[in-house]
Amino acid sequence: MRTICLYFQIHQPFRFRRYRFFDIGREHYYYDDYMNESIMRKVADRCYLPANKIMLDLIKKHEGKFRVAYSISGSAIDQFELYAPEVLESFKKLAKTGCVEFLSETYSHSLSSLTNRAEFEKQVGKHRQKIKELFGVEPGVFRNTELIYSDEIGAMVADMGYKGIITEGPKHVLGWKSPNYMYYNAINPKLKVLLKNFKLSDDIAFRFSDRSWAEFPLTADKFASWLKALDKNEETVNLFMDYEAFGERQGVETGIHEFLKAFPSAVFKIAKFSFSTPSQLIESLQPIAPVHVPNAISWADEERDLTAWLGNELQWQAFNKLYELREKVESVGDPRLSKDFEYLQISDHFYYMSTKYFSAGENFSYFNPFGSPYDAFINYMNILSDFEIRLNSSSVSDNDPEVSRLRALLDEKESLIIQYAEQLKKKAVKKTPAKTTSKKTPAAKTKSVAAAKIKMEPAKTTGKKTIKK
Amino acid sequence: MKVLMFGWEFPPHISGGLGTASYGLTKGMSKIPGMKIKFVVPKAYGDEDQSRMRILGANDVVIDRRLINHETFLREIEYIEINSKIVPYTDPDEYYTAVREAETTGRSFVFTNFSGKLHFTGKYGSNLYQEIADYAVVAASLAEKGDFEIIHAHDWLTFPAGIAAKRVSGKPLVIHVHATDFDRSGGSVNPAVFDIEMKGMRIADKIIAVSNLTRNTIIEKYGIDPEKVVTVHNAVEPLHEAEKLVLERNMDDKIVTFLGRVTLQKGPEYFVEAAYKVLQKMDNVRFVMAGSGELLNRMIMRAASLRIANKFHFTGFLKGDDVYKMFSLSDVYVMPSVSEPFGISPLEAMQSNVPVIISHQSGVSEVLQYALKVDFWDIDAMADAIYGLLNYSALSDMFKVYGKEEVENMKWENAALKVNEVYKSVI
Repeated sequence: MRTICLYFQIHQPFRFRRYRFFDIGREHYYYDDYMNESIMRKVADRCYLPANKIMLDLIKKHEGKFRVAYSISGSAIDQFELYAPEVLESFKKLAKTGCVEFLSETYSHSLSSLTNRAEFEKQVGKHRQKIKELFGVEPGVFRNTELIYSDEIGAMVADMGYKGIITEGPKHVLGWKSPNYMYYNAINPKLKVLLKNFKLSDDIAFRFSDRSWAEFPLTADKFASWLKALDKNEETVNLFMDYEAFGERQGVETGIHEFLKAFPSAVFKIAKFSFSTPSQLIESLQPIAPVHVPNAISWADEERDLTAWLGNELQWQAFNKLYELREKVESVGDPRLSKDFEYLQISDHFYYMSTKYFSAGENFSYFNPFGSPYDAFINYMNILSDFEIRLNSSSVSDNDPEVSRLRALLDEKESLIIQYAEQLKKKAVKKTPAKTTSKKTPAAKTKSVAAAKIKMEPAKTTGKKTIKK
Repeated sequence: MKVLMFGWEFPPHISGGLGTASYGLTKGMSKIPGMKIKFVVPKAYGDEDQSRMRILGANDVVIDRRLINHETFLREIEYIEINSKIVPYTDPDEYYTAVREAETTGRSFVFTNFSGKLHFTGKYGSNLYQEIADYAVVAASLAEKGDFEIIHAHDWLTFPAGIAAKRVSGKPLVIHVHATDFDRSGGSVNPAVFDIEMKGMRIADKIIAVSNLTRNTIIEKYGIDPEKVVTVHNAVEPLHEAEKLVLERNMDDKIVTFLGRVTLQKGPEYFVEAAYKVLQKMDNVRFVMAGSGELLNRMIMRAASLRIANKFHFTGFLKGDDVYKMFSLSDVYVMPSVSEPFGISPLEAMQSNVPVIISHQSGVSEVLQYALKVDFWDIDAMADAIYGLLNYSALSDMFKVYGKEEVENMKWENAALKVNEVYKSVI
């Protein structure tokens, strides 16, 4: 029996507030609470809550035959906890039905898979832990930020013990091949790869309410008839999309919720497909071939590549600068710094700096809290500068050129003092020993005490600052 | 196509945006096959002896007619100078001397600034309208004899001439709005100027605006039918080899430049305030205000009272090569204009590889992608933009490379083709 794999991404970034350069070194709070809360509340009320209710009803109605998979980014979970705890409750209810699978990803929806393996593993571990805490299950399938995938990333994920990964099925990778089969990683065949059917997925997620689209209006019956018409040998249709498509990108008034309600019945009745979660597919299907992805792909834009996040010089500078700081963040181990470092990695910040949407215009401004990619870049770099200052003041090490310079200066003065003191002693011995020594040594003493005080100072201020944080 | 164009100055007497624009456009148009332009300008500079002539009527007007052939033109164009007391604009330094002279010698002199705003020198002010009317009479006489298919008039001082030419010849009139009195006056329009502008816009068959910003002003403030108003953005002349000056840096400090008239319209005070904010955080930066104007003294006072005078420099008015020298020393160029119909100078800065910050309230912001845009009043954003460009090299590097490319693609030839389309639509 042919099957459908429904997967939804749930993610909300922690958007930064307008952070001017004169805040650097003064203000250490980076987030726009008002914007984050109001967007979260809006999307929760229009999408997450009603859509989850529909899902729950559908699962009950179809008695376990309707199944879905979700991945919820750590930053979205953090925001649910802060602003919309009832959304998390509704996900917990869904989890209890046993018909819902939760996938693994990086905690902060980051691009760390592209640059730093240790950071990547750390974040995946943290996310895994969180999902287990919340829903009592350990994810067995991985999905990377924005479905970013390459052979290397796949091999890395396989090493971490995952059985499968989901990603985009772009034309330039597949060529004549169909995404409607299961593939395996080109380096490590143990890792199964499920590919998104982007045509059918985007018909729902992007084109549903597009009046200029030839297939408008899209009904569940019509969609099911397309499924039915697919090649009988094909095994699975992977429909991967943003959960926000249901009520937010496609507004409630477009009837997207009604479409969702009617969808499973239409699929069962007309197309005679079943529903499976990614884990079920990996258990039941036989992979047919390796999929070769030497260059990273994603599910963004027509190009399905990384250019939305790492396409221009601004994005690269910000990205490289950020990950340069990683080692220091680790060595300091300050929880507040680590948290900020996590949120600095959220891929959306880099997306806001993209200049590739100049021609597209509107599409861009919808997602972007900044007026231009340059504003986004300057704001980000200002925050990063402050972050770096905090980091440096928490981690004074000999590697720091300024510190070692000061230290050398002190040592030099110290040795001079000792030298002078000895010279004085010698002179004193030559002349009237008792008198001069008693006169001069206190002075030398106070000097060295002062020097010691200076020496203490860097350590002292550091101590203070760390306490403050 | 034969065009009778009422314009402003021509090289070598170029002193500002409008002259640059009408020259560039004419040059671009000269490359269109079959395009013939008869260019009429008022000939009057502050250094001329104006008392020698009195303009009474068409018969008494001294007209210099000559053919000029610029090396850059494909074809020679006919260039006519009419002796008139109208001075389109002059640079502020000349203005001060000229006004003083006019007041002491009793000569008739009328000053308008770069964008055509009038400065009435008391007792002579009322005569200006007479001058404009006389200029129109000449225009009519030219139009009578003339052999042309279309009339093109640049900015309000030439509108009456355009109208007169249209009345006499019955040929269609296209007016080109480089600025309205709303831009020049900051809202408190001169009713007489407004009246002339309004007449020109009503009688014109098509109106060309230099930006959508100006187009909206024309539609909203003058109540003109949107169908009639077309936007043709200005372009910029490619740099001549001789102008590509590279001056040795004489210090390590970064330099942030404001270049333009120091008047309300250009927003110099926002630049000073932003400079103050940046200097609180950075030491290795200097600010330069190049230009002069009625607010200059106030700006000097303000910089002094903010105690940033040691880092804030005033150069006075810069001419010709000095402008490019200034650009070659600059790390950032800021144009915080309160109301700028177009604004060519940021394009010139970008040609010299200088990243620019421009206000949203400028027409040029409609056509630039590789520029930082801020609201003129938002000094926090402006300061932040300056700081960002000075400190985050990826941004300034990107602007230098792509900005230059962007400007190089803005050609007068393209603007000329659009103007040609406008002509075709009214013939």
